[in-house]
Amino acid sequence: MFERWKYLTIKEFIQTFRERRRRNLLILAPLIQLFLFGYVATLDVDNVPTALLDLDKSQESREFARRLEACGYFTITRWPSSAGELGQYLDRGDVLAAIQIDRGFSKDIKKGSPAPLQLLMDGTDSNSAQIAMGHIAEIVRRLSRDLSAQPSLRKGADWSAQPSLRKGADFRTRVWYNPDLRSRNFFLPGVIALIILLTCLMTTSMAIVREREVGTMEQLMVTPIRPAELVLAKMFPSAVIGVGQMALVTAAGVFWFHVPIKGALSFLFVCTGVYLLPVLGIGLFISTISRTQQQAMMASFFFFQPTVLLSGFATPIENMPLAFQYVTYLSPLRYFLVIVRGIFLKGVGLEVLWPQVLALLVLGAAIIFLSAVRFKKRLE
Amino acid sequence: MSLMRIKAIAGKEWIQIRRDRLSLAMAFLLPVMLLIIYAYAITFDVNNILMAVYDQDKSSKSRELIAAFTESGYFTGVADAASYKEIDRYIDSEKAWVALVIPFDFSKRLRTGKPVSVQVILDGSNSNTAMIAQGYVAAVAERFNRRQSKGTARPVIDLQSRVWYNPELKSRNYVIPGLIALIMSVIVSVLTSLTIAREWDRGTMEQLIATPVRPVELVIGKLIPYILIGFADTVLCVFVSSVLLGVPLRGSIVLLFFASLIFLVGGLSFGVLVSTGTGNQLLASQVGMLTSFLPSFLLSGFIFSISNMPVPLRVITYAVPARYFVSILKGVSLKGIGLRYLAPEMALLSLYAAVAFFLACKKIRKRIE
Repeated sequence: MFERWKYLTIKEFIQTFRERRRRNLLILAPLIQLFLFGYVATLDVDNVPTALLDLDKSQESREFARRLEACGYFTITRWPSSAGELGQYLDRGDVLAAIQIDRGFSKDIKKGSPAPLQLLMDGTDSNSAQIAMGHIAEIVRRLSRDLSAQPSLRKGADWSAQPSLRKGADFRTRVWYNPDLRSRNFFLPGVIALIILLTCLMTTSMAIVREREVGTMEQLMVTPIRPAELVLAKMFPSAVIGVGQMALVTAAGVFWFHVPIKGALSFLFVCTGVYLLPVLGIGLFISTISRTQQQAMMASFFFFQPTVLLSGFATPIENMPLAFQYVTYLSPLRYFLVIVRGIFLKGVGLEVLWPQVLALLVLGAAIIFLSAVRFKKRLE
Repeated sequence: MSLMRIKAIAGKEWIQIRRDRLSLAMAFLLPVMLLIIYAYAITFDVNNILMAVYDQDKSSKSRELIAAFTESGYFTGVADAASYKEIDRYIDSEKAWVALVIPFDFSKRLRTGKPVSVQVILDGSNSNTAMIAQGYVAAVAERFNRRQSKGTARPVIDLQSRVWYNPELKSRNYVIPGLIALIMSVIVSVLTSLTIAREWDRGTMEQLIATPVRPVELVIGKLIPYILIGFADTVLCVFVSSVLLGVPLRGSIVLLFFASLIFLVGGLSFGVLVSTGTGNQLLASQVGMLTSFLPSFLLSGFIFSISNMPVPLRVITYAVPARYFVSILKGVSLKGIGLRYLAPEMALLSLYAAVAFFLACKKIRKRIE
């Protein structure tokens, strides 16, 4: 039995790696995905293009503008001269934030009455808008504090050096695991999981369906090969590709993007192996419901999307409606994401991650069993 | 060019599509599934922040502070921690994203007016959630302090913020309009990247070549059925998003459909181009995924804003048709702006469609000859 399986596996390897273009793609595709995600997938908000309409032109208003630019999150790209122009920039999408400082701003401050500062935010991108508004609120808070600390302070003094007079409790925030709050550190470990999923789903399902579509399945069936051997042989190259791509992407992520990897590398490999069980199982399942490669590809995509979206890849599961939260338990990615992020960012091992590993094993066994039964039925 | 031959090719393709019930069903189920998942499950709104509190003080003041957090509505599931170690455990196992440590002399120092610090620990591994949570913590802290000073502190600068286009900052309104572009890209890349490759794989391409059909006719004939499917999908998407999901559609629906049509022609032509170039289905599907789905997802400004990207990537986005389509979709739906502002996007989208169509015809001609 081992002999038959060996030859079949060799055939699969030859078929998978025969074509040069395909070989290149197997290396290029994950790298392209990693680099795109690495550079693009950031929900960090910096360089928000901002329009500033300063009608006051006082020292205070200029100080505000200076601080706005100095904080690094905003770039003032437009200096409109009227409120109408301000609105136009927002409409056209030239700027995301528009700030208007009315005449009398500095007079109000000196008088001690609240000086209005108008902020118009383009809420289309709700997430960036929310974060940017938080930054502006913080700038205003600091400026208010510094101005109230020394209201008589006028001539060319350094505003930022003023001591703060604060009442009440002082909240000191510390961020663990990802102190700079770089979203790259959050996304890249997840991309590994994503790439393995996409490649393995498509290669497994299409490899099996291809035999059926081209008509070589009948030839295989007249040989003494058993279904289990066929399935194992088909899965093997996909698994090798999956692990290989994981190593490639991890190396690129650590050396190029400087994503920290605090946990054990060997544990990451073991967990990838466990994660491959449900993934290959789904691939096998897709092959049983598709007749053509086009169908297999569409079905792969059909499974890929909810698996990714309902896994906590980009947005936390706890924010989803309860019904969707239950569905996430079916997504193998959900568990693997906790594992990769735990290994990369937190440096935890099996002692914390055992529930996830166990869940992957159970899910993998169940999916492979169901798919294998279906596959056998279809062969007979 | 003969209309009859185009009709014949389109008819043949149509029959093939119709017979493939599974693919056809998926072509219509996929958009609905994506819309629903994105609408309900993908939300960047953060409002169930899990919190752990290590209250060393256990006084009425410290409880007041905790209440200030829970009352804000953003923090739920406040767990009691009895030591720093327990906080570690809560955060490590993701049972808490934020931890609050209230020192034992909190109420005493607060009463006597001495400075007191409260420690806030954030799990930064999900940077976005942490960033937003940080903002909420600051807001709650501000409110708590103001209440302590009995409202005597008046703001020096009164920040009046208004949000346009999406006043409640609902991420659904942000995600869904752009999603239509993504769905179109998926449908388009999955469907067409295989259509010519399949003919090569099965050996029916030679038969097609032997007929008097010309390359242009072949491309148009192949495109027509897919344009119909894609357009039906667009209508479906717009219906679901505006009627069922309540996403605003403030601008002209005609402009929206027209832009979709142009985008479809461009995308499908590109699919034919890929399909012809690769000549086998597995390769075609992977190249199609890499060149249409991925850029549409990442480089179009659909979720990740273009202004945040490094310059080389920002330059590349100009070559991604979905970029223009996403601008149009978001502009029409949320801002209600028309051709006056969107003319450049429309022009570039049309240019892309024309170039892709031309290249597809040329490539097919070369392969046939």
